[in-house]
Amino acid sequence: MYVAVKGGEAAIANAHRLLADRRRGDRAVPALRLDQIVEQLALGVDRVMSEGSLYDRELAALAVVQARGDMIEAIFLVRAYRTTLPRFGYTNPVDTGTMQVERRISATYKDLPGGQVLGPTFDYTHRLLDPELAAGAEVETPAQRPVEPEAMPRVSAILAHEGLIEADGDMPLDHVPGDITREPLQFPMARDIRLQALSRGDEGFLLALGYSTQRGYARNHPFVGEIRIGEVELELDVPELPFAVPLGSIRVTECQMVNQFKGSAKAPPQFTRGYGLVFGQSERKAMAMALCDRALRAGELGEDVVAAAQDEEFVISHSDNVQATGFVEHLKLPHYVDFQAELGLVRRMRAEYEARENEDRPEQKREAAE
Amino acid sequence: MRGQEAREQAGRKALMATLAHAEADEIARLWNEAGLPSEAELLRGPETGLVTVRGRIGGGGAPFNVGEATVTRATVRLPSGQVGHSYALGRDQDKARLAAIADALWQDPAQREAVEAKLAAPLRAALDAARETRRVETAATKVDFFTMVRGED
Repeated sequence: MYVAVKGGEAAIANAHRLLADRRRGDRAVPALRLDQIVEQLALGVDRVMSEGSLYDRELAALAVVQARGDMIEAIFLVRAYRTTLPRFGYTNPVDTGTMQVERRISATYKDLPGGQVLGPTFDYTHRLLDPELAAGAEVETPAQRPVEPEAMPRVSAILAHEGLIEADGDMPLDHVPGDITREPLQFPMARDIRLQALSRGDEGFLLALGYSTQRGYARNHPFVGEIRIGEVELELDVPELPFAVPLGSIRVTECQMVNQFKGSAKAPPQFTRGYGLVFGQSERKAMAMALCDRALRAGELGEDVVAAAQDEEFVISHSDNVQATGFVEHLKLPHYVDFQAELGLVRRMRAEYEARENEDRPEQKREAAE
Repeated sequence: MRGQEAREQAGRKALMATLAHAEADEIARLWNEAGLPSEAELLRGPETGLVTVRGRIGGGGAPFNVGEATVTRATVRLPSGQVGHSYALGRDQDKARLAAIADALWQDPAQREAVEAKLAAPLRAALDAARETRRVETAATKVDFFTMVRGED
C-alpha cells in the first residue's frame, strides 16, 4: 500500500526565514555591499564565475553573499540564473596573444619577449597572517615603471619554431565546436567539448587529479610553458551590423603546460601540450585544467590508459560540482517509502538467514565431533 | 568609396567599443554636460541575455566554448530616422539605451562631431589613462635577472 503524505510547509517557510536571519548575522555589524565583495573577495568572485560558467562579477558577488560564502551553493545559484536568459550568440574566439597582461610567467624560458611579469601574486609571500590587515591599515599605492609597451607573444609560438613541440590543437575545418549546455555529454568526446567541461569543472577535483598525474598516476613530466592573466576583448558577429560588435573585455587566466613525451606508435618524441583557459584570475584552476587536458589526451597520443586522470568518462562525468552536489545532497531528502521497502526486504532476508543457521547448526556440531 | 566606407565602419566600431568599456554613470554625466539629445524610440530592448565566450585550443587552435557572459543590448530610432544599436557586457539597461542613442547620433552628420568630441573623446581619454596606469603598475613587477659572478677573477 502506498500512502502519500504532505506536510512541512510551515517548517520550510520558517527555516528559510531563519536562514535569512542567520545570513544577515549580528545586526550591529554592517551588512556587506556587493561592491565590497567584488573588490575585496575578487578571487572568490572569480571562482564562482568560472565554475558557475557565467562572467558577471556583480551576480557572482550576490551569489556569494546569498550562499553565506558557500562557494558551491553560490555556483549553483549562478548556474540556475543563467538558464533564465536568452542567448544572443557565440563570440569570436578571444585572442590571448593581444591580452592586456597583468601577469605573465614562464617556467621554461628565463628571457622571452615581454619578460617575466609577476603581477598581483601570492607567490613568494611567506604565508604569514597579517595582523595589520585585521586592524584595517592603509595600503601603499602600487609602484609604477613607465616603460615602452612591449609585445608579449605566447610562449607556445616561440617554441614552435624549433619543431619540437606540437602545434595548437587543431580540429577539422568543418568541425563546429560542441556545446555541453546544448547537447548531453557523450563519450568519447572531442577535445573542444572536454575543454568546455574542464573550464567549468570543480577546482578541487581537477586540482586533485592534476596532482595525481604529478605523483605518478599517468605521469607526463609537465612544465609551465606559460601562465598569463589579463583582459581580453570580446566581439560578437550580429546580423544588424556589418562588423563584429565590441562587447568590452573580460579577465581570463591561460595556462600552457608543456610535457615531455618520449613518443609512441602514434607520435614521435616531442613536447606535447595541455591547455587551460578559465574566467577570472584563477591560476591554480587553469594549471589543473591544463594537466587534466594533457592526461585526457592519452588515447590520441597512443599512451596506455592506466590512471583515473586519463579516463575521460570518469573525469568529465564527475568534474561538475553542481551535478555532484545535486546527487550527493539529494540523499538527505525524504526517502521514507524507499526505506520502508528496503527495511521489509532486509527483515525477510535476515529471517531466512537465521532459519538456515538454525537448520545447519546441529549438523555442523556433529561433523566437528566426528 | 570603399576606403571611406571602411573608415566609417572603423569609426563607428571604435565608438561602440569605447561605450562598451565605459561606466554608465560616466556616460550619463558627459551626456548631460554635452546636452546631447536623448529622445529616441526604442525598437528593441534594452534586453539582457547571454553570449557564449569562445577561446582557442592551445591559444591559436580550433575554437571551443569557455563559458557564458551577460550582455545587454538595445536598438533605437531617432526622430530624424537614424537607427542605433548597442551591445555591452553586463546588465546595465540605462547604459544600453544611451549607447544605442549615441550610435544613432553618430550616424547623423550634424551630430557626429559633438558625439566624438564631447562623449567619445573624454571617455576614451579616461579609459586610456586607466589602462596606462594598470600597464605601468604591472611593468613594475617585471623581473630583471642579473648574473652572479662567482670565484675570483
